Amino acid sequence: MPERRTFMLAMARGLGAASIGGLAWTGFLDGKKDYPTVLRPPGAVAEKDFLATCTKCGLCVAACPYEALILAKPGDERPIGTPYFHMRENPCRMCRDIPCTVACPTGALDRSLVSGADDHGSVVLDVNKTRIGLAVIDRETCIAFWGIQCDACYRTCPLIDKAVTVEYLRNERTGKHTIMAPVVHSDHCTGCGMCERACVTKKASIFVLPRELAMGESSGRYVKGWESADEERISGLPEDTTTVTPRSEKSPLDYLNAGEP
Amino acid sequence: MKITRRELLKTTAAVAAATAAGMSIPKELQAAAKHTEAGWRWDKAVCRFCGTGCGIMVATKGDRIVAVKGDPAAPVNMGLNCIKGYFNAKIIYGADRLTEPLMRMNDKGEFDKKGKFRPVTWKRAFEEMAKQFKKYYGQLGPTGVAIFGSGQYTIQEGYAAAKLMKAGFRSNNIDPNARLCMASAVAAFIETFGIDEPAGNYDDMHHSDTIVLWGANMAEMHPVLWSKITNRKLSDTKRVRVVNLTTFANRCSNLADSEIVIKPNTDLAIQNYILREIVYNRPQAIDWDFVNQNCVFATGYVDIGYGLRSQTDHPKYKKTELDTASREAFKIITKDEAIAMGALGIKEGDKMEMKHAGQAGNHWAISFEDFKKGLEPYTLDFVAVLAKGDPEESLESFKKKLTDLVDLYTERDRKVVSFWTMGFNQHVRGTWVNEQVYAIHLLLGKQSQPGNGAFSLTGQPSACGTAREVGTFAHRLPADMVVMNPKHRAMSEKLWKVPEGTLNPVVGSHFIKIMRDLEDGKIRWAWVQVNNPWQNATNANHWITAARDMDNFIVVSDAYPSISAKVADLILPAAMIFEKWGAYGNAERRTQHWRQQVTPIGKSMSDTWQTVEFARHFTLADVWKEWKIDDKNTLPDVRAKAREMGYKDSDTLYDVLFANKEAKGYAWPDPIGKGFLNSEAAGDKRNVEGFKGYGFFIQKYLWEEYRKFGIDHAHDLADFDTYHKVRGLRWPVVDGKETLWRFNAEYDPYAKKENHGKFAFYGPAGKEIPKGDLSGPQGEEKVKLPNKAKIFLRHYIDPAETPNAEYPLWLCTGRVLEHWHTGTMTMRVPELYRAVPEALCYMSVGDAKKNSFKDGDLIWVESRRGKVKARVETRGRNLPPQGLIFIPFFDEQVFINKVTLDATCPISKEPDYKKCAVKVYKA
Repeated sequence: MPERRTFMLAMARGLGAASIGGLAWTGFLDGKKDYPTVLRPPGAVAEKDFLATCTKCGLCVAACPYEALILAKPGDERPIGTPYFHMRENPCRMCRDIPCTVACPTGALDRSLVSGADDHGSVVLDVNKTRIGLAVIDRETCIAFWGIQCDACYRTCPLIDKAVTVEYLRNERTGKHTIMAPVVHSDHCTGCGMCERACVTKKASIFVLPRELAMGESSGRYVKGWESADEERISGLPEDTTTVTPRSEKSPLDYLNAGEP
Repeated sequence: MKITRRELLKTTAAVAAATAAGMSIPKELQAAAKHTEAGWRWDKAVCRFCGTGCGIMVATKGDRIVAVKGDPAAPVNMGLNCIKGYFNAKIIYGADRLTEPLMRMNDKGEFDKKGKFRPVTWKRAFEEMAKQFKKYYGQLGPTGVAIFGSGQYTIQEGYAAAKLMKAGFRSNNIDPNARLCMASAVAAFIETFGIDEPAGNYDDMHHSDTIVLWGANMAEMHPVLWSKITNRKLSDTKRVRVVNLTTFANRCSNLADSEIVIKPNTDLAIQNYILREIVYNRPQAIDWDFVNQNCVFATGYVDIGYGLRSQTDHPKYKKTELDTASREAFKIITKDEAIAMGALGIKEGDKMEMKHAGQAGNHWAISFEDFKKGLEPYTLDFVAVLAKGDPEESLESFKKKLTDLVDLYTERDRKVVSFWTMGFNQHVRGTWVNEQVYAIHLLLGKQSQPGNGAFSLTGQPSACGTAREVGTFAHRLPADMVVMNPKHRAMSEKLWKVPEGTLNPVVGSHFIKIMRDLEDGKIRWAWVQVNNPWQNATNANHWITAARDMDNFIVVSDAYPSISAKVADLILPAAMIFEKWGAYGNAERRTQHWRQQVTPIGKSMSDTWQTVEFARHFTLADVWKEWKIDDKNTLPDVRAKAREMGYKDSDTLYDVLFANKEAKGYAWPDPIGKGFLNSEAAGDKRNVEGFKGYGFFIQKYLWEEYRKFGIDHAHDLADFDTYHKVRGLRWPVVDGKETLWRFNAEYDPYAKKENHGKFAFYGPAGKEIPKGDLSGPQGEEKVKLPNKAKIFLRHYIDPAETPNAEYPLWLCTGRVLEHWHTGTMTMRVPELYRAVPEALCYMSVGDAKKNSFKDGDLIWVESRRGKVKARVETRGRNLPPQGLIFIPFFDEQVFINKVTLDATCPISKEPDYKKCAVKVYKA
């Protein structure tokens, strides 16, 4: 590890330890309570649990061969001493052996979240299960949507043709060219941020957000009739449903007996 | 849309009025008006990068380029650009632009080969450059000096350099980087059609319904053209078919209906399989009317070597290089080669002596029966086993793809365009593979028609316009003429107004040969223009040592410090594209001009200026005396004839070649340049070392003189001013009209004039050849082939180097979309640098596993010639099959040309960057 980095790590840890005293780890939040945009290492448990579990030991940061993981310092607007990525500068390279997750002594980075079964049924690390966040595209500034032949995000994606694909749209203005529009697929995107770094617009037009921020959620009571696999999406839902709106919250009797129409 | 000041005022007023009245105004006008307010001047130009030739508009303000946009009026791109073109406004503003001449010097201020670079004046630079030139030129004559030219020269720059070198210094040692990318295409055009460059144009992409890619990753290398092909595919997804033949899976496969991954060099065998299938099993697909009227069958020698040094034990070879080097003398015939060349009586285990390495391009006419006999061995069973490139694909699946490909080519009403770039051209049999694809199209009568034809794409912005059309090659003169032809020399001497006998009839050293000659001390003075030869030439270790350790003088003109500048003795700062007047010619024969937009940075000056200024240092007495070229050729003293023409011995080459009476007739200012700079004609605000300009419109003079070579020779170009009013024209431009499909009488006035029916392959070169059979030319009789194209029989042969136990992997090199060639410009655009900061080693998962590599591991890639470190990537844009790795060449930190082999196509002399053998291990 380069000297400078060792020093920074030590400083971040020291600061954390020195200034925390007897407070709970989660109480030390650099003056803020909410850090919705922080991007945690592969295998990170839910942010609330993460903050409760992470001991700010810095082992994950030290394990990162690309020096991509950062240990938050004062002024980083992150809980000091916790690990995070700055994707535009240095994204996650999705190491197949996931050294950061493996290095975590507390379970804040949970191996089971980035593991799967191999061909023989044994449990092995599977970096493609990583869910750091989700890449989202600003279609207004993305030059591919202008018709420029860019797709730098697509070509740099470690899960090219899965996490990012190209949608071909005919360029109706010229009538002779194609708009090759990048599309992100949440079922494959790991949020590694390689696309955010590669994006050539001044401020990245594709960027990683925590999945809770980036994603909507579709209704559990409608299934795409044109996609047989879509049924699986609702397989775990309870059968019972009661829908309540301001119009339906009164019982029929209360409604019927209350005054003239 | 170019708007004059007056129009601007009107536009602004119109927009204000329209807005007030609530009227809608045309978008373009609205955009123009906005820029008026910002004080921007928009003018048309061309993208600096690839051979596609996208039109752009450049905005300037305060003598700086402030923006670019795709030119909506440009037919090629209609306002679009790719990721590189998007950054045209930034390429000239890199922080490390070279701003003044730099020379290696000692503490006393003298030139010192071992000294450090220090700034010098232009005057001092030219004096040393001329002094060194005179020293080596005096010792070695015209063969002792050389220029590395470029397919990125403006047309005028290339023309000035070729004129100085050929007519002034009487040397043919000028060869462009286009040798490294286009020479095989050229050789095949000349051998097949007798004239260079594609018959078709980009409209073929809209007309065709079958696109076959043979070694062209258009999705990354010609993205704007690829978007046209994609659009065509989307317009009729069922009918339009796209086939991608490649040695590794690349981005074109996304659109392709069929991806055919082949083993390196086996494209030759696949082409012969297609031809065999047509001739033996689908003879009804042959268009006999077309073939009988327009074609002849031909073949050539197979024992032609690999373009390596003829001295196979050359003392500069390392021991490890010797076994590959020996292939230039002989090879032991393998089983596959024996089957392929069965009709020639060649047997497995035979020692094939490379007897015809010196006559590699010789060929002769054969009968159709011989052609058919030669193809007999290329059965599906043989070719499929030989050519299948992915060990994980089943033979059945591969065979099915090949037969489907034949179906597409032979379907009667199906239009087919075959495209290729470096996969064919950078190939130890590059000329042959080019010829074989023409053979398929000609046999089927699918050539030179809208949507039907074999189409060679170019990589550089003016590989066609400058390198080829101007002829900045060791054997060429403008407009397809060659130095070996006395009539061509005579015509050139006349147009150049130099004495008869001035031009040197001996072909000069080609690009790789210039490097070898530097290593051998046969060339001791070299000038690099718009080029980075020490990074882009194969087997680079040799040439770096030669540049630094031999007794020689190397001048590099460039805008940025490159590897070549680093090994030079003198560096001259060059003006970049929008800092000078210029013109480029793209892959569809479209010539496009632009004006100087801004003053060059620092003290940098255009390559035209540098060439012309250098010419001042030589009098006719220095150069037009007698010179011995070799044992057979001596150039005569032409000074007496020169005096008869009115020249004096004390006249300089500047006076005679560039500032002559005709040149001075092109006045500056000129209406076409009103409001624009011309640093060469009038100097500029910098007053660089007191340079006040030549006082005449030198770029227009060079253009008008140059175009005289092509008029009435099927290379007609329009006058200078016309190109400043239109968005380019595709030559030949006859009676003000461009030509869309050459050799087709319906479109091409030259074909019509021949009165030869619907087609006339009127190219004049190689139209009288011997007759013969498969064993060789027979008898003295020659056949004349007016208006005919040749259908060649060429054979499969192994490349110079194939993987073995010690070097088990194929190495293929190439480009990525984000970077241009050696990265001299694109690695200085922060956004492009960040997008792809380093060259990766693309490898199959299987090979990574076998070697216990993880993604991102730093590994050594080592050949018999050198090694580099690169990071492993198994998940990227390119997915090689097991047994092959791909590494791009843009990154000087991953100097892959230290590893590549300098074998070339023996006919075209173009190196093969696509195949050599390497081993890999952890760094």
